[in-house]
Amino acid sequence: MKPASEPVIQSDEEVSVETREMKINMGPQHPSTHGVLRLVLDVDGEKVMKAESRVGYLHRGIEKLAEHGTYQQAITHIDRLDYISAITNEFAYCRTVEKLLGITVPERAEYIRTIVAEMQRISSHLLWLATHALDIGAMTVFLYTFRERETIMDLFEELTGARLNNNYMRIGGVSKDLSPFFIETLYKFCEEFPPHIEEYDTLIRENRIWYGRTKGVAVISAEEAVNWGLSGPTLRGSGVNWDVRKAEPYGVYDKVDWMVPLGEKGDVYDRYWIRVEELHQSNRIIQQCLDQLPDGPILVDHPKVVAPPKEKMNTEIESLIHQFKLVSEGIQVPQGEVYCATEVPKGELGFYAISDGRGRPYRLKIRAPSFVHLGAFNRLARDAYVADIIAIIGTIDIVLGESDR
Amino acid sequence: MADITLRQNEEAILEGLKDRLPDLAYTLERSCDQLALLVDKKDIVNVCATLKDLPAAKFDYLADLCGVDYLGKGETRYQVVYNLYSIPLNHRLRVKTNVGEDDCTVDSVSEIWKTANWHERELYDMFGINVVGHPDLRRILMPENWEGHPLRKDYPLKGKGQREDFSFVPENERQPTRKPEIESEDW
Repeated sequence: MKPASEPVIQSDEEVSVETREMKINMGPQHPSTHGVLRLVLDVDGEKVMKAESRVGYLHRGIEKLAEHGTYQQAITHIDRLDYISAITNEFAYCRTVEKLLGITVPERAEYIRTIVAEMQRISSHLLWLATHALDIGAMTVFLYTFRERETIMDLFEELTGARLNNNYMRIGGVSKDLSPFFIETLYKFCEEFPPHIEEYDTLIRENRIWYGRTKGVAVISAEEAVNWGLSGPTLRGSGVNWDVRKAEPYGVYDKVDWMVPLGEKGDVYDRYWIRVEELHQSNRIIQQCLDQLPDGPILVDHPKVVAPPKEKMNTEIESLIHQFKLVSEGIQVPQGEVYCATEVPKGELGFYAISDGRGRPYRLKIRAPSFVHLGAFNRLARDAYVADIIAIIGTIDIVLGESDR
Repeated sequence: MADITLRQNEEAILEGLKDRLPDLAYTLERSCDQLALLVDKKDIVNVCATLKDLPAAKFDYLADLCGVDYLGKGETRYQVVYNLYSIPLNHRLRVKTNVGEDDCTVDSVSEIWKTANWHERELYDMFGINVVGHPDLRRILMPENWEGHPLRKDYPLKGKGQREDFSFVPENERQPTRKPEIESEDW
C-alpha cells in the first residue's frame, strides 16, 4: 500500500474555479414534488436565485367538463380536484349550488357534513405531516401518521363505500346516514387521537434537525402573504387571523367551541405547528358534533332538488316524474351567480358559479388554493437553498390535481 | 353570523368611490345577496386600487379573478370578474368589466395584488384575453404551443382535433379503433 501522499496546498493564483449560474430542472416526475409539479431553478451554487413553477401537467379541464354536465354530475369531477380531501371539495361545491338555489340543509345533515369534513381535514393534515417530514428527512413520522389515517379511511369506506373519491355529499344534504358502528368507532378514535399527536410531537417538535431545516425558512410577512393571496394554514403561519370557518361560518362551526391557531414568524416551522394544532382542534370539533348530533332527515325535502326515495318512486307517478326530470334535465337552478368560499385543509377553496336558469352551470370557476400558493412559490423561495425547496413544497401543502384542475 | 355581503359598508364604499373617482360610471348588480359592481374597462385599475385603499373598503385580498364568455348573450362577449375580499372588515365584493371581441384586452391588476399574476395568465390561457401590463403573459395550464382557448364557448368539449393524433404509436401501425356511431351535439 502506498503511503498517503502529502496534501499539496495550492496557492490562490493557481486555483481557478469558474463559477456560473445554472438552470436546474426539477420534476414533473420527482418524488418530492407531491404530484406533477415542475420547477425550473436558477441556482448560483447552493443558492436559489429564481424558482419558476410550471403547472398544467394534470390539467383535465374540470371547469369545461362541469359546463357540459348537470349540477349533480359535476360532484364526481369536483372530488378529483384535491384528491386526498375529496369530501371537503364536495362540501364547498354543494354549498355553492345550495346558495344559488336558496335552500337550507337539515340540521342533522349540517352536523354530519361538519364531522366528515373535519375527519377529512385530519386525514389530509396527517398525509401532509407524513410526506413533509419524509421529504425533510424524518421518515418515522410517516409510519405513525398513516396508522391513524387508516382508521379514518376505513370509516369513510364504511360510510361512503370509497376511501378517496367519496362522492358522498349531495346537493341538499348527504347521501347516507351515520351508522351506530361509525359513531362508536369515531368516538373511540377521538379519544385515542390526542395522545397519538403527542407521539408525532416527540419525534419532531423539538428535534434539532427539524428546527434547523424549518426555522427561518421561507419567511413571509403577514402583509405580503395577504397580497400574494395565500390562505389557510399557510397564511395563518404569518399571524393573519383569518379562517373562513370563523369569518363566514357554515356547517355548524359556529355552534361548537374551537380555536384558530396562529403563527408568528411565518416560516416553515410555524406552518408546521399550526397544522399540528389544527389536528387537535378538528378532533375537538368532531367530539362536540358527535355529542350534539340531532335526529332528523339528512336530505332536504325538496322534490325539485333531491330525488324521492325508492319506495315512493315505485308507487307514486308524481315521484317518478320528479326522478325522471332530475336525472334527465338536472336540477333547475334559478338565474344568478354566487361566489362561495370554504375552508378546506389547503386553504380557501372558492367556487364562482353562474347559472343561466338551466340544469347546467353556465360557468364554474374553481379558485384552488394550491394554484394560488404555487403562484407565490418564487417569492417563498427567495434566499432559499436548493435543499429548502423541498421544505417549501411541503409547507405550502399543494395537490396538483387541484392546482391544474 | 357574519354576512358575506357588505350591506353595512355598502354606502360608505360607494361614497368613497365617488369621492376619489368623481367621473366613475358604474352599475350595481345583486345576486344571491352578493353585490357586484360593473365598471368600464378603462377604469378597472383605478377602481381596484381605490377599493384596496379606501378605509371603508380595505379589499386587501383578491380571492379570485376569472373570465366568463357570454357568446351570443350580451352586447360584449367576455366579462372579467374580480372577487375581492377584505380580511380586516370581513366583506366581499365582486367587480366586473365587459371586454369586447374586437378589443380583447384588459389592464393588469398584478401591481395591486401580486396574486393576480397567475390568475391573469390563466385568463389569457383560457379565454385569449390579452392582459396589458402583465409582467409575464404566457400560457399556464395548456401547453405553450396549444392552439385555441379552451374555455371559450365556441371551443368544443372534445377539442379541435388535437386528441385525434394523441398517440405514441405511428399512424400506420395503429390498430383500428371503434368510433361512436352517433355523434351527439354536446359530446
